[in-house]
Amino acid sequence: MNRLESFADHAPTHPVPATTWWSRHQMRLVPWLFLSPALAMFLLYVIAPIFQSIAISFYDWDGLGAAKYIGLDNYRELLHDPDFFTALKNNVIWFFGFLLALPLGLGLALALNQQMFGIRLAKSLFFFPFVISQVVIGLVFSWFYDPSNGLLLHVLGWLGMDPVAVLSDENLVTYGIVVAGLYPQTAYCMILYLTGLNNLRPDLIEAARLEGAKGWTMLYHIVLPQLRPATFIAVVVTIIGSLRSFDMISIMTQGGPYGQSRVLAYYMYEQALSEYGYRMGYGTAIATVLFLLMLVYIVYVLFRVYQQEKESD
Amino acid sequence: MFPTPLHQTRPATQWLFRIGLPLALLVWLLPIIAVLMTSVRGAADLSNGNYWGLPSDWRILENYTAVFRSTPLAGFILNSFLVTIPTVIGALALACMAGFALGVYRFRLNLLVFFLFVGGNFVPFQILMVPVRDLSLRLGLYDSIAGLALFHIAFQTGFCTFFMRNFIRELPRELIEAARVEGASEIQIFYKVVLPLVRPAVAALSVLVFTFIWNDYFWATVLIQGNHAMPVTGGLKSLNGMWVAQWHLVSAGSIVAALPPVAIFFLMQKHFIAGLTFGATKG
Repeated sequence: MNRLESFADHAPTHPVPATTWWSRHQMRLVPWLFLSPALAMFLLYVIAPIFQSIAISFYDWDGLGAAKYIGLDNYRELLHDPDFFTALKNNVIWFFGFLLALPLGLGLALALNQQMFGIRLAKSLFFFPFVISQVVIGLVFSWFYDPSNGLLLHVLGWLGMDPVAVLSDENLVTYGIVVAGLYPQTAYCMILYLTGLNNLRPDLIEAARLEGAKGWTMLYHIVLPQLRPATFIAVVVTIIGSLRSFDMISIMTQGGPYGQSRVLAYYMYEQALSEYGYRMGYGTAIATVLFLLMLVYIVYVLFRVYQQEKESD
Repeated sequence: MFPTPLHQTRPATQWLFRIGLPLALLVWLLPIIAVLMTSVRGAADLSNGNYWGLPSDWRILENYTAVFRSTPLAGFILNSFLVTIPTVIGALALACMAGFALGVYRFRLNLLVFFLFVGGNFVPFQILMVPVRDLSLRLGLYDSIAGLALFHIAFQTGFCTFFMRNFIRELPRELIEAARVEGASEIQIFYKVVLPLVRPAVAALSVLVFTFIWNDYFWATVLIQGNHAMPVTGGLKSLNGMWVAQWHLVSAGSIVAALPPVAIFFLMQKHFIAGLTFGATKG
């Protein structure tokens, strides 16, 4: 069929009189048809469990037997649970510690945003830690901190300092794990900023340079404002990362020593599923607290997305 | 360009950069180099405390065959593939359709559904843990590859739909309008107009989801118990517990386990980074 015929076929009937039920309702049904598999899976495995967890948090339940409704008792117990507050405090350390990935990543990106032989490979290699499983990174860092023969011991020895057993020191352990977590996270922020730097507007940079701006002034007044979208994403992924800090703790210390490196995510798992017992109700109460903390931030992100949607409409 | 291009700076700065860069890279990669070196050491090095120097005895072949022969590593890796590949395909299939629905049609609940996917994507895993484990138990899918993959498909659909929908919205609408005028049905529009155009997004998401799922540790520990279905992340953890002093074998296992995502990253670097930095330049 050539173009002309195809045009002739459709031209006379152009305001198509709806004939079948399907053709009349196609435009309204099609989006839901396409949405339904994804929506069904997401509702079943992600949205519904949120509400189920909140519901379970009002029960005393071992995961097998009958659940007993106990109202707010789990939450009352949380208020008097020193381990809960240790975990909460560690979450705060993770949160602020992890945010260091932003300046570190920006610093790396600025250092690498050059054109020379081999720089592409260098960028890939700097990004490398992000690709590797946190399990592997956690293993390596626990060797690094190993008090009998870790690299840290040798470095401290060269510097003439006393050895420190980071992972068995209750005051240092969380910081030690945060450093391990920062390793891949910094790489992630670096790649976000490298992309941002690649898309700077050269005219603005040149204009500012003619005005005599350079170094910190240039960075602060001209470059950073243009990097705002990259910063937004970096903040989003870094905060999620810090609140999901489970893998590293599980690998490096299993919450120890004496539970001093637990965060809410880990403490919840321990209460609900580990050898310490199957307290599903108490575990979900901890998860609910973690969820509510995160919700503040989810709402903020959704609000930002909503504003962008309104602008683009 | 910012910072000032190197060739416009003083020669001293240029030299500093040229020497500093490889040094910095060496320090940065030290943890990874350490695993690589440990994976080729003999047991004697470890008992003598030679953890960080050159191996006194290179045992590349021995260690790498030992880790396959005396541990279930091969099975773990197979399980990882069996979880990861269906997840990539499933999540992308669902997300292409959902992204099409949300990106092309205007209907009342559009934004609400979109926000459900975006918001759900950020929730802490722990709020899902107990009900998802319970659901898997009731479906008879607990401790099975299918159960783990189904959860991953559902969860990754959130992020993938978010990405797809934004990608599809950037496509020129005229293409879709033109196809409609030509008499194409909505389903034909999906197959013949939109799907061919979202190929770059599919590529980017595939490599990202592959890496995320391959490296998943939390859900592997929650939904899997036995070695028969354990992915390699959980497997490595148990190997590490099994051989407290056999670090050379754990290292060899770690290297093998890291290879698939590393290979994908280097082979499809462009797509990987495009996916990861999507939205980092506008908005």
